[in-house]
Amino acid sequence: MSSSELRSSAQENRLPLRRGVGWDLLSSEISVLFRRRRTWAMLVALALIPILLAVAVRLSSSTLAPGEGPPFLDRVTQNGLFVGFTAMVVAIPLFLPLTIGVVAGDTIAGEAGLGTLRYLLVAPAGRVRLLLVKYAGAALFALVAALTLTVSGALIGALLFPVGPVTLLSGDTISVAESLLRSLLVAAYVTVSLLGLSMIGLFISTLTDVPVGAMAATIVVSVVAQILDVIPQLSWLHPWLFSHHWLGFADLLRQPLDLGSFGQNAVVQLGYMAVFGALAYSRFVTKDILS
Amino acid sequence: MHDTVNGEAPALDLAIESRGLTKRFGTQTAVNGIDLAVPRGSVFGFLGPNGSGKTTSIRMLLALSRATSGTIIVLGQSMPDRLHDVLPHVGALVEGPAFYPFLSGAANLRRLDTADRHAPSVTRRARVQLALARVGLSHAADKKVHAYSLGMKQRLGIANALLLPRKLLVLDEPTNGLDPQGTREVRSLVRSLAAEGTTVFVSSHLLAEVEQMCTHAAVMSAGSIVAQGTLAALRQVGQTRVSVRTPDAVGAVRVLTHLGLQPTPTVVDGADPIVVAPLVGTHWEPEAIVTALVAGGVRIRGFAVEEPSLEERFVALTGEGFDVVQ
Repeated sequence: MSSSELRSSAQENRLPLRRGVGWDLLSSEISVLFRRRRTWAMLVALALIPILLAVAVRLSSSTLAPGEGPPFLDRVTQNGLFVGFTAMVVAIPLFLPLTIGVVAGDTIAGEAGLGTLRYLLVAPAGRVRLLLVKYAGAALFALVAALTLTVSGALIGALLFPVGPVTLLSGDTISVAESLLRSLLVAAYVTVSLLGLSMIGLFISTLTDVPVGAMAATIVVSVVAQILDVIPQLSWLHPWLFSHHWLGFADLLRQPLDLGSFGQNAVVQLGYMAVFGALAYSRFVTKDILS
Repeated sequence: MHDTVNGEAPALDLAIESRGLTKRFGTQTAVNGIDLAVPRGSVFGFLGPNGSGKTTSIRMLLALSRATSGTIIVLGQSMPDRLHDVLPHVGALVEGPAFYPFLSGAANLRRLDTADRHAPSVTRRARVQLALARVGLSHAADKKVHAYSLGMKQRLGIANALLLPRKLLVLDEPTNGLDPQGTREVRSLVRSLAAEGTTVFVSSHLLAEVEQMCTHAAVMSAGSIVAQGTLAALRQVGQTRVSVRTPDAVGAVRVLTHLGLQPTPTVVDGADPIVVAPLVGTHWEPEAIVTALVAGGVRIRGFAVEEPSLEERFVALTGEGFDVVQ
């Protein structure tokens, strides 16, 4: 074999080592997620929550006594900006975990169910890389879901009710601009709140080839956590539950801004991400792909 | 070439080599210590009845599932340890095509292409168009896959394996669900890929398919390889024989026995009996046999020299229940 042949065949072997960073798979994952009709149906359902709330309050003649109904509901008639907060409180226990369960439970099991998992891995996508991309997609969905509630709430609130400086829970008043900033902060808080559950869903999704099973199991986990959180005898357990701080974003509506619960929540979520991320990793990396 | 660069000089350059490859599921042994040797540049038929362990073996070769024991070397590198170096050179169709039904054919291929970090994004669209054209799916590129027929999905699955130039193609039952025309197209596609130097490893439960496109074959039965080699070598194991169609079966048997052959008469309903004798251990030319038969007063209504058929060989190897195409 001549030296030039040697060189060309060496180049041929080296060529594939020029790996891209691999962002293509992430953008493809996001585009596939948001091209599904199911994803849009869930986002539309979430957007309808503040709309239904606002319309119901607007149409009802009776005024609510302070404290009646879901938190913040009594304030909605005075200031439309509270619609978003109220909707968030209503959506957090069930609707949001439901959508997270669907998206996170579908991550790996959905690909396995379609059979596309084997083709992604043979490409080769890399098992760790695929897990990371799938989790990033689920986390992005959590953010979009929270923002959907926030934006829809702000729009319908502004449409049906007066909008003005907001009186916070602490009694202080902030400008409309700052209240919008606080809304985004609440959306961020809710997104972070859902990161732990998303990782649990990802882990469950590596256990089965039946996406519906993984979705249901994830939703059940979120319901169980919330039930445990209201049993007083288990108060020692409460701070460790991923759902414990879910409604803690009320602290973001005080003056001065109290980020304490934001931090505590983030720490709990990080803990769940670490534990269930490790479980998902150890399960998926050694899994026989037989689907 | 590859091995010369690395200073290795194996006796036979193999694209796939397995030693004692075994897979157990609980107490059931799906693959039982197989030693595959797939030469580079060959079109290798992996033949066996349904459930004989072909797909399980392929899953292990592609690092989708872990071997219980045994070693695998694909394109000169150990699997699954070096899968990130090996798999970009391997195109695969495993256990039927699988796609996102809500995406178009082209979008599906682009999606799967992004999974490979070595696949350049700038050429993605062009490569997808080319792969679709190669399997005759250009007209359906923008159709959602849930509207595809089984045959179209199968073609799309093959297109997915062709998104990049490959050194090795692993095609598991590539003609499943295809009409005769499609089957012919796949065969000529495989031949043209082999002519470009790609090693093609194709599994099938259809003998005719393997016979028509492969240079080498291995036969699986109940988890073990029962025969392996070039198609010509596999054929030679069978026996050439003469068959005589005659109303005088007794006379024919007598003459043939006299010539040192071992004839067996077969009675066929409503037709003349046929006397068959293997042409082993005899120096008789066929025309001499005919002359002897005629001289012995046997009325010959048909005479044939039958080459050994792979079909018989494979049925003998894999037992009854083998799905053979006539």
